[in-house]
Amino acid sequence: MTDLPNQRSKPAPTWSSDEFKGRLARRHRKEAGLKFLGLAAIMLAFLMLGILLWTLISGGAQAFRQTHVTLDVPVSAEMVDAADPAGGNYRGVIAEAMQATFPEAPQERMRALSGIVSNAAQFVLRDRIVEDPSLIGQTIQIRVPVSDVYDQLKKGNVDELSDESTRRLSDADIAAFRQLEAEGRITLPFNWALFTQADSRFPELAGLKGAIIGSAYALLVCFLISFPLGIGAAIYLEEFAPKTRFSDIIEVNINNLAAVPSVVFGLLGLAVFLNWFGMQRSAPFVGGLVLALMTLPTIIIATRAALKAVPPSIREAALGVGASKQQVVFGHVLPLAMPGILTGTIIGLAQALGETAPLLLIGMNAFVTSAPSTPFDASTALPTQIFIWADSPERGFVARTSAAILVLLGFLVLMNALAIYLRSKFERRW
Amino acid sequence: MYDTTRTETAVSQQDIKISASNVQVFYGDKQAIKDVNVGILDKTVTAFIGPSGCGKSTFLRCINRMNDTIDSARIQGEIRLDGQDIYDRRVDPVQLRARVGMVFQKPNPFPKSIYDNVAYGPRIHGLARNKADLDGIVEAALRGAALWNEVKDRLAEPGTGLSGGQQQRLCIARAVATSPEVLLMDEPCSALDPIATSQVEELIDQLRERYSVVIVTHSMQQAARVSQKTAFFHLGNLVEYGDTDDIFTRPQDSRTEAYISGRIG
Ligand SMILES: Nc1ncnc2c1ncn2[C@@H]1O[C@H](COP(=O)(O)OP(=O)(O)OP(=O)(O)O)[C@@H](O)[C@H]1O
Ligand SMILES: [Mg+2]
Repeated sequence: MTDLPNQRSKPAPTWSSDEFKGRLARRHRKEAGLKFLGLAAIMLAFLMLGILLWTLISGGAQAFRQTHVTLDVPVSAEMVDAADPAGGNYRGVIAEAMQATFPEAPQERMRALSGIVSNAAQFVLRDRIVEDPSLIGQTIQIRVPVSDVYDQLKKGNVDELSDESTRRLSDADIAAFRQLEAEGRITLPFNWALFTQADSRFPELAGLKGAIIGSAYALLVCFLISFPLGIGAAIYLEEFAPKTRFSDIIEVNINNLAAVPSVVFGLLGLAVFLNWFGMQRSAPFVGGLVLALMTLPTIIIATRAALKAVPPSIREAALGVGASKQQVVFGHVLPLAMPGILTGTIIGLAQALGETAPLLLIGMNAFVTSAPSTPFDASTALPTQIFIWADSPERGFVARTSAAILVLLGFLVLMNALAIYLRSKFERRW
Repeated sequence: MYDTTRTETAVSQQDIKISASNVQVFYGDKQAIKDVNVGILDKTVTAFIGPSGCGKSTFLRCINRMNDTIDSARIQGEIRLDGQDIYDRRVDPVQLRARVGMVFQKPNPFPKSIYDNVAYGPRIHGLARNKADLDGIVEAALRGAALWNEVKDRLAEPGTGLSGGQQQRLCIARAVATSPEVLLMDEPCSALDPIATSQVEELIDQLRERYSVVIVTHSMQQAARVSQKTAFFHLGNLVEYGDTDDIFTRPQDSRTEAYISGRIG
């Protein structure tokens, strides 16, 4: 009222005034700046992801192929007794095969030449003969992996021009390998052993089968325990528990548990499951129990958030026609919350899949050369296998570490894809 | 203080279905309903009118104990349905809500098919002996809510895909399908066009033959058209309660007079 004359002398600010236009331009500038910052952050994240993937792929790609040598092996009856094919001297048979391949090589070179083929060759040969003893006395052709140093040579990781004394292969070794290559005996096929074999001391024989099965068992146990328990606890806390001081304390503690470092859960597992209950060390079952403890708070929190997000009008609608609390929760609220619950669960499980520290504490980094046949057998898991290989000095394990990380990442991507699929499948409008 | 004489004259003529005495409702420390006494008659349509925020919905929700679901809500006093105190320990709110149906202020169909929306109540209360029975109940309810012709060819489509007004009628059908003794309707026509409104009003008139209907409305004309009794709320008080004709032609309280003539609210 009092500044009415004032207003008359100064034109009222309208959408066409310079002042208004200036303000509008400032607002647009602010928005553009914000957009730019967001975009820059995303680009940075993508760049980091790109660098990570590039180092893994460039380092790990070689491990997906393995150099093999094809040998003509004379299986003589002196070396392998037809009555006991399993007990034959297959190491000697392989040595004879090398002798036949390099007829003019001097005797003192034979030991080095036998080192071209992997230690696994004798077992491959044994399995063939045990399966078909009629082969004794004949010359058969087998394809076996070469040992790691020659694998590295084939893959170009050995500097042939460097001083001979600084490398593990002498010029004569390299020449022998080149001769085999010239004869067409060397091939570089896909490394199936990476998926069909368990761990080994020899990189050319080491695979992830044990780790993958161990991880699968641990994850299965983790899911079977944490999913029903987590959903049950969340439903009780969110829908049925009276809001008292006690339930507040529980809520705070669950949130705290979700933030507890995973190594602490490992210590708990060590103390309770191994030392107290005396369960089997290194067993995926125990790993699963520990991971379940770790995943439980994540699932409870995700489930509670999903339940909270269901519009209250749906609950009222069901209560209003006389549904009981239990019918409301299981018939209306839970189905609507399912996409959120499943996403939270899968994210929790994906976290568990990559968790290393608690598994180290319960001994899942043991050296186990066979895949577990039950969840109670000693085994490794994918992250602990990566941990073991990363610690091994052999050149072949360096590439295999990257390859194992790629396999782990592959499983994580699969799980996230599953989460997205389930989400879209269960999503409903309301 | 204004309603007592009128209520008593009414009681002598018809039986009281719901009687509230000294009802007070608090949300936390805030009092939303102040000492309400009222007798709602059987086989009668009662309209609750009053300015926004005066507590109409709050009082309505006390009658089927919907306020139990709000943590901060606290109710004092007594509400009796057929003489039974509904806040008694022995009364199961689930059973109470089967007898006292409700249509909410905002349409809230389930994210299920149109058919399942209406069939839900009869199903959980076991009202239908077989599929044909259930089909009959669903059709009758949808016809009653003036929705049948629009949805009869797409009963399997989601109820949430209907327009706002259709959703509200679906909710009415859902409430009617369980044949409650009392039907509480919170502004059932606020999202409806005049034709659908008159159809719902027709339905309310039919329901009156068997049930007691309480309807909250902001439309004075609607209150006058459908109700026999009217209660005027103001700032949590029940200011005046009596025959609809009397309230609209000879209001006793100056606040009622001001409200119906459009001066407050
Ligand atoms: N859940 C709640 N928590 C706290 N206060 C509430 C809640 N619901 C309603 N109130 C308050 O209680 C009072 C009465 O609300 P109510 O919803 O009963 O009004 P109303 O008469 O139905 O209004 P309208 O005509 O706008 O629907 C209002 O002051 C409101 O702010
Ligand atoms: Mg209201």
